[in-house]
Amino acid sequence: MSGFARVAWQVMRKDMTVEVRSLEIVSTTLFFAVTVVLMFSFGLVVDGRPADNVAPAILWVAIAFSGTLALGRTFERERQNDTLRALMLAPADRPALYVGKLAGILLLLGLVEIILVPLVGLLFNAPVFAQALPLALLLGAGTIGFCAVGTLFAAMLVRARSRDVLLPIMLYPMTVPVMIAGVRGTAALFQTTPDPAVAQFWLSLLVAFDVVFVVLALWTFEPVMTD
Amino acid sequence: MTRSMTVMMGLAAGMFAVAPFMIDAAPYEATMGLVYKIYFFHMPSAWMFLTAAVTAGVASFRLLFLKRPRADHWVIAAAELAVLFGAFTLVTGPLWARKAWGVWWVWDARLTSSLMLFLIFVAYSLLRKYGGPGSDKLGAGLALFGMANVPFIYVSVNYWRTFHPPTSVVPTLPVEMGIPLWFCVVAFTLLFVILLRLRARLEHQRERLEALYLAEDDI
Repeated sequence: MSGFARVAWQVMRKDMTVEVRSLEIVSTTLFFAVTVVLMFSFGLVVDGRPADNVAPAILWVAIAFSGTLALGRTFERERQNDTLRALMLAPADRPALYVGKLAGILLLLGLVEIILVPLVGLLFNAPVFAQALPLALLLGAGTIGFCAVGTLFAAMLVRARSRDVLLPIMLYPMTVPVMIAGVRGTAALFQTTPDPAVAQFWLSLLVAFDVVFVVLALWTFEPVMTD
Repeated sequence: MTRSMTVMMGLAAGMFAVAPFMIDAAPYEATMGLVYKIYFFHMPSAWMFLTAAVTAGVASFRLLFLKRPRADHWVIAAAELAVLFGAFTLVTGPLWARKAWGVWWVWDARLTSSLMLFLIFVAYSLLRKYGGPGSDKLGAGLALFGMANVPFIYVSVNYWRTFHPPTSVVPTLPVEMGIPLWFCVVAFTLLFVILLRLRARLEHQRERLEALYLAEDDI
């Protein structure tokens, strides 16, 4: 394994070890995501029937909300013991640290989504398993795009004041294309007659977004994290 | 205050005083009548909004990658102007849209991408105000990402439908409308350059003052 991949792997493994021992982020984020979906169902299920075509939006909003929470917590943990400074002092490529952090958060959010997607399908009558592979690809590409921007911003905000409120303020306008593409693509799959061509267009937009923003984040991580 | 600034300020003040008369003299547009005249201020401010965003992006690049700390002052100045001209664009646009399309707002590609760009610069201002130390680099990262984001928002919303008249109408305008329009564009550009330089100058001086205070403390 090359140096870059090894550093990224070590950072991710460290995060996962801490997480497996405490289960702090997975359990809180998952519970939060479930409550968000429940809140929506109280508002949008009328006379026992959910409103039409709301499932994709609820799914993606729940992912964005819980993603923000997970991002904030991951870096808050690094801040409490000033371990981010230790990471930065390590003789390793800065972009590799970023990739390791990103991979850890993706893994956490992936776990949350495994529970979240069937729950949305259950409560809002959405055919989540009918087009399982395209849906999984959309979710994967969307989550990578959201977390690529989010990890960089959360890392930059570690030393800032009022970071809790600044993270969503910065992150949501920036990830509007992810939300539009994710919601529209998922809606195309949830229709009574699914439209794979439309879903594919949105998937390719998401992939393009991922490529641009991961590259840009790798490129910016070094200068923004240097004092 | 340099001499060139004084000249520019006088010129801009004169042009803004004359502009309403020129706009008044411009002919009525056949289908929209009087309302279309908002356009004489709407389009120049939209162009300045975009210019401010690009200026902020370029200055951010200089700050982050070329390590020019003073570029930060230009990012602050340009970001504030993006909020100012963005607000102007987003207020004049719906005023016109209400008459022309019958609604205040549509989720059209240009409208949505302008709104998002505006939100990104509002986020920048909030960050600079409440972010505390170190927020200069953070903000530069945000401005840089914001620039890269615009094409994505544009493509994604464009996939629905587009209402906004394309910019290609500008060269086809009759001369009586074209002259006041370009006059307004020049006036707004002057205003933009003046405000940008003044704001950046304020930041330069603030930094010098802080350096002097620190030097005083050392003695």
